[in-house]
Amino acid sequence: MNTNSTENDKEIKSKESKLSSKTKRVVVDPITRIEGHLRAEVIVGDDGIVQDAFVSSTLWRGLEVIAKGRDPRNVPLIMQRICGVCTYSHYLKSTIAVEDALGIKIPLNAELVRTLMNAALFFHDHVVHFYHLHGVDWVDIVSALSADEKKASELAFKYTNSPIGTGVNELKKVKETVAKFAKHPQGLGPFANAYWGHGTYKFTPEQNLIALSHYLKALEMQRVAAQLLAIFGGKQPHPQSLVVGGVTCVMDILDPSRMGEYLTKYKKMAEFVKNAYVADIKMAAEMYRDEVSVVKPVGVKNFMAFRDFMVGRDEYLFDSGYITDGDLSKVFDINEDLITEEATHSWYADDEPLHPYDGKTNPNYTGFVDGKSIGLDGKEIDSKLIDPKGKYSWIKSPRYDGKPMEVGPLACLLVSYARGNKLVKDSVNGFLKETNLPVEALFTTLGRTAARALQCEIIADNAIKAFNNLIENLKVDQDTCAIYAVDKDKEYKGRGIGDVPRGMLSHWIRIKNGVCENYQAVVPSTWNASPEDANGIKGPYEADLVGLKILDITQPLEIIRIIHSYDPCIACAVHVMDTKGNKLSEYKVDPLYGGACSI
Amino acid sequence: MGSGIKDTSYDTLYESFKERIEQLKRLPKMDEDNSIDKVIKENGFSRRDFMKWAGAMTAMLSLPSTFTPLMADAIKVADRLPIIWLHMAECTGCSESLLRSANPTIDSLIFDYISLEYHETLMAAAGWQAEHNLESAIEKYKGRYILMVEGGIPTGNEGSFLTIGGHAKKGKDIALEASEHSAAIFAIGTCSSFGGVQAAVPNPTGAVGLSEVTHKTVINVPGCPPSEKNIVGTLLHYLLYGTLPALDAYNRPKWAYKNRIHDLCERRGHFDAGEFVEQFGDDGAKEGYCLYKVGCKGPYTFNNCSKNKFNQGTSWPVQVGFGCMGCSEPDFWDTMGTVNEPLSDKLYDTPFGGLGADATADKIGLTLLTATAVGIAAHAAISTIKNPKE
Repeated sequence: MNTNSTENDKEIKSKESKLSSKTKRVVVDPITRIEGHLRAEVIVGDDGIVQDAFVSSTLWRGLEVIAKGRDPRNVPLIMQRICGVCTYSHYLKSTIAVEDALGIKIPLNAELVRTLMNAALFFHDHVVHFYHLHGVDWVDIVSALSADEKKASELAFKYTNSPIGTGVNELKKVKETVAKFAKHPQGLGPFANAYWGHGTYKFTPEQNLIALSHYLKALEMQRVAAQLLAIFGGKQPHPQSLVVGGVTCVMDILDPSRMGEYLTKYKKMAEFVKNAYVADIKMAAEMYRDEVSVVKPVGVKNFMAFRDFMVGRDEYLFDSGYITDGDLSKVFDINEDLITEEATHSWYADDEPLHPYDGKTNPNYTGFVDGKSIGLDGKEIDSKLIDPKGKYSWIKSPRYDGKPMEVGPLACLLVSYARGNKLVKDSVNGFLKETNLPVEALFTTLGRTAARALQCEIIADNAIKAFNNLIENLKVDQDTCAIYAVDKDKEYKGRGIGDVPRGMLSHWIRIKNGVCENYQAVVPSTWNASPEDANGIKGPYEADLVGLKILDITQPLEIIRIIHSYDPCIACAVHVMDTKGNKLSEYKVDPLYGGACSI
Repeated sequence: MGSGIKDTSYDTLYESFKERIEQLKRLPKMDEDNSIDKVIKENGFSRRDFMKWAGAMTAMLSLPSTFTPLMADAIKVADRLPIIWLHMAECTGCSESLLRSANPTIDSLIFDYISLEYHETLMAAAGWQAEHNLESAIEKYKGRYILMVEGGIPTGNEGSFLTIGGHAKKGKDIALEASEHSAAIFAIGTCSSFGGVQAAVPNPTGAVGLSEVTHKTVINVPGCPPSEKNIVGTLLHYLLYGTLPALDAYNRPKWAYKNRIHDLCERRGHFDAGEFVEQFGDDGAKEGYCLYKVGCKGPYTFNNCSKNKFNQGTSWPVQVGFGCMGCSEPDFWDTMGTVNEPLSDKLYDTPFGGLGADATADKIGLTLLTATAVGIAAHAAISTIKNPKE
């Protein structure tokens, strides 16, 4: 324990005074329908309002440790294994980090193919997230069973001119299918959720049925999106066609039938995104606009994003920068030197803020403490609890110039908006106009969920430019891979930064003697799920939960909905170690390896 | 199997399969309201799709096509066998492709259909509940459940790098206990088969494959991730035969892993003709030449990717011009050398070779690579010898 400065003590005392007998501790662990292990713990007053909140990741991974000493060309494939969901994101940014270090400029064709694969990943990730991970926070499956198919079928035209999967017969079939699932609440996966009928569900039965039909349709669409990535990636999960210097799939891009296959599947996905996904978001905007728990202003109003999605030479869909205090009138350039990670409340020994190139990782696990929390029946039961005074998460606290930042699709759109990016401005303004929502609505859970859909739509509408530019460029240039050499006597450092489906991701590498000398990944969920820092400033998840009113503390749907809206990917930590409720005092990890342990 | 067996032997085999299916039929169903016909139909597949699938699986297990109806019957009784699926140190990639309904192929649907115990564990809300569910499942189905494990088993620090549940039981102990009372054990993916990525040097958590911690026979179904066909095929094999399949030196089912990637590779002709990609993106790459010189580990890797491909046959790493990285071989992260260089070169020109100034390079180096070469040779030899278990 090395956080006992007097300031912290004061902080702790004020927290403890809040923990009067009137407050209750609610633990949500594991938070399901995310990737990985995540715990949220809140202190709730008698009025049902969250007074304090803590988020903990109970996993620690060691892949950066393993990367050390390896050939830099092998590292991206190891980093890819961070996660089977973000299966392309880490592979791509890690490859770029090595290229940046070695000063390699890859051919335009390679850039564009990488973009086409990226579009496939965004389609897959965002659609899966909205329908299968986040969807049931908004859609009450049981309520859909009492819908009138005919009314629902007509209603679907309110949100798009060409609805998908909402014909009367189709909806009838959906009802029949789901009736079976409803009988097995503990049985078949996706519909196992205990919160049906919760007071914060706002869709009518007909709207629920429309969304439910899309849920089922999305199962099929995911397969298409995975194939879309596999066309140039070889397989999904874990595509295998990027190399340091470019891409290997030259045969595929020179094959017109292969390109045709991409185009057909791309259009199929784009259509689904526009006429199902975005349409459902408009429906949610209409119905949830007055639901306090989703239009409560966000806790951290700083947003950061990085330029990404190259669709042509020097043409990107999204911009870099950050905004503070929710002020869209000013946007600042990112100075990468100001990115740090610190570990005041994280299970590491070195508390001080360090730049990723110099990050240290010396595990110092202190575990949870014994206490009581609310059980399923509303009574207090013995539990392992977070100690707010001490360290409580494997996630470090990344800060930019000392400030917490939200990253993700919302941040991406807000930064681009503030930059005056026309594509983004038109999309956001159009959405606000159509839904009659004020601009403040963007800075909410609803806004975050909507931003993901709008980002997906912008990609669906524009990533095809990369396809067209690739075809054009191939007429004059068929380069797909740069030639380079590594000087083993030289030291290199480089980073790959960009916006992946879950937000700003950065990989940082140092190369010495021709091998990886140090490696760090600062992952989107690290920014968003970060614990308090030395100044007592909370990260976005925690800050968002404070002040939230919970209808029924045995069914904390509001908590889950907020956390899900960030699309957490805690599986971005391989289960190298899972310490849930466990006491560990010693690690056989060489602290000098200095790998990052971000989530 | 295969060539040496006469037609009359197939008759005997056919009868024994039939008998086994009848036996299984007499066991209670895990879920009375469910059937494979229903699952298939509800997910928009026709009877014809299903029979086509059964035909493909029959061919995969090297059985004559007359066995197809039997294969369809076998999967129908699959829900008589409870399955317990454990997560150890892993990235969810194996579950991801198979279980998240992300790929509703018939293979993955079957998985949903059979894996009720797994789903219960997955969906249980609280840690101690999950632990309880697991314990009661082991107790209830003692000696008749199939155990499937995804992820490496951390053994470092006395196994405390992985604990699960409210009582913080060690992953290793959970795996051991579940293994003890199982009817058969399948290690799904390279991590549970051989330790996987977390077991790569310096293996900070002491991760190993499941077979290292249990005395029972583990059928390894490696790959990063393995194809869903190999997983379901392993299960089907068990349903039909009721015994372990013929295994290779690394306990992989021979029906899936008997051939090298290289043997059935679509670029094999170019290898034989001496036509190689020398550099990614060169003219040879455009022509689809052999990828050996840019690091393809197909000659050292035993799997059926060249036949089955991925994502419903969309592509595979050789087709996209990268080559095989050997992901279904033990310790491939350490033994297959640099991903974009041929393995043979590693013996004299390599960052792991003499230049490495760090612990990793010292630890691996030539010794291990030589060991692999020996291992591969041994494997090649062993695969031609009849396995006693056959």
